[in-house]
Amino acid sequence: MTPKQFDYYSPASLNEAIQLLKTKDEAKVLAGGQSLLALMKLRLAAPKNIIDITKLQGLSYIKEDKDYLAIGALTIHDMLEQSAVIKSKFTILNDAASKIGDQQIRNRGTVAGSVCHADPAADLPTALTAADASYVVQGPSGQRIIAPKDMFVDIFTTALGHDEVVTEIRIPNFPLRTGSGYIKHSRREGDFAIVGVGTVVTLGDGNVCKDVRIALGSVNTTPMRAKSAESYLRGKKLDDKTIAEAAEKGPEGADPPSDMHGSREYRLEMIKVFIRRTMKLALSRIN
Amino acid sequence: MQSLKSNLVQVTCKINGKEYTGMAEPRTLLVHFIRDDLNLTGTHIGCDTGHCGACTIMFNGKALKSCMLLAIQAQGADILTVEGLAQGDKLHPLQEAFWENHGLQCGYCTPGMLIASLFLLQRNPDPTEDEIRRGIEGNLCRCTGYVNIVKSIKAAAKKMQEGGKTTAQPS
Ligand SMILES: Cc1cc2nc3c(=O)[nH]c(=O)nc-3n(C[C@H](O)[C@H](O)[C@H](O)COP(=O)(O)OP(=O)(O)OC[C@H]3O[C@@H](n4cnc5c(N)ncnc54)[C@H](O)[C@@H]3O)c2cc1C
Ligand code: FES
Ligand code: FES
Repeated sequence: MTPKQFDYYSPASLNEAIQLLKTKDEAKVLAGGQSLLALMKLRLAAPKNIIDITKLQGLSYIKEDKDYLAIGALTIHDMLEQSAVIKSKFTILNDAASKIGDQQIRNRGTVAGSVCHADPAADLPTALTAADASYVVQGPSGQRIIAPKDMFVDIFTTALGHDEVVTEIRIPNFPLRTGSGYIKHSRREGDFAIVGVGTVVTLGDGNVCKDVRIALGSVNTTPMRAKSAESYLRGKKLDDKTIAEAAEKGPEGADPPSDMHGSREYRLEMIKVFIRRTMKLALSRIN
Repeated sequence: MQSLKSNLVQVTCKINGKEYTGMAEPRTLLVHFIRDDLNLTGTHIGCDTGHCGACTIMFNGKALKSCMLLAIQAQGADILTVEGLAQGDKLHPLQEAFWENHGLQCGYCTPGMLIASLFLLQRNPDPTEDEIRRGIEGNLCRCTGYVNIVKSIKAAAKKMQEGGKTTAQPS
């Protein structure tokens, strides 16, 4: 399988990359290529111009800021998995990154690539939605920040303009007494998620739920928040019964497909199971 | 209309310590370039979709699937393929261990298996069975059932620790 012909550019700066995206016909960013090249080989995508950003310097990092964690666009999944800060403070991202494909894919695929590809079954978009991540984007007219709820627009579609590049992903620091977790439900290691659930929960006095975000993947055209379950939990004492009651509300608004990996009914049921499990996982991580 | 090979570009990279130069279209996959243009046919193609791992090579120190890279992206890269593991007649400890433990039957998956194992052992010189299985998740074998592959990697880890050698040094 060989992609259709294209012209290849390896710009030396971000501005040059943006200019190329702006001026070249049907131009596409190439990051890790672990999704884009697969599509091009199958001829599901046939961009006329490829703008390879992998040689750009300074876009691969994980930095702690006063208010947020900053992850550079070209940070590979493996780096997320290995990062001590992520393991200890943003465990949900370690859970998600470590479940992507296999070692070779994690050695090349990038965080921003996974976000921009916007596969509803992908792991990081769901985990980042639960973590309330924002996306720093650079385009011809400068920088803008896309809010968590605005990034994923439709299946394989983000809010990004064709001449815009994601440069950084920002995750607001979790408050004290917060735990997080992501569980991917799949039949075999390396498969895409049948259902993926990410949870970030903050406790107040006693065992009362001060705040909670639950994100669901693989059950709609984009990652989605389980808003009814979340609001049911807020302000309540978190025992097994309350969590189970909230999980029953999890499927509200979900519209999962039926395919060979699982029927619609099965997925709707699994949402409940994995909300319960990620809630317990996240709670178990609060010290 | 453009002729098919109108836009060939020159690609120079280091493979197994030796410099290679060839011509490739931008759309040429790295695995095809390595096999068909540079005649290093040790690296195999199983699926061409990124799933089987037969095409695994070490690319600037990281195990990657060479069917998921463009040849043009190898410009200036430092690559290790299965041909670079042995030093002359002396097999790499991983190759010895696969031989001694029947870590292969048809051998089709072996070049990729060896490179994936090398990456694993460089990062984790004494892996548990679970860690080994996770390390070769991206490499499919249709013959062995993996048991002897896991055994081979375990044995190689021991050999490499005893020999104090965890990196392949291409001559
Ligand atoms: C065998 C295999 C198994 C996999 N398993 C999983 C899995 O289990 N779970 C999972 O979530 N994923 C999986 N993936 C996908 C993997 O995570 C990809 O790495 C990821 O989806 C895309 O990242 P990339 O850097 O390779 O992006 P690319 O393939 O280079 O790009 C993907 C898309 O994003 C755009 N893009 C990339 N970077 C930017 C940027 N900075 N700004 C703007 N646009 C950009 C590109 O133009 C393209 O449209 C798998 C892939 C393979 C081949
Ligand atoms: S040929 Fe590259 S992964 Fe199968
Ligand atoms: S030995 Fe035949 S595929 Fe692995």
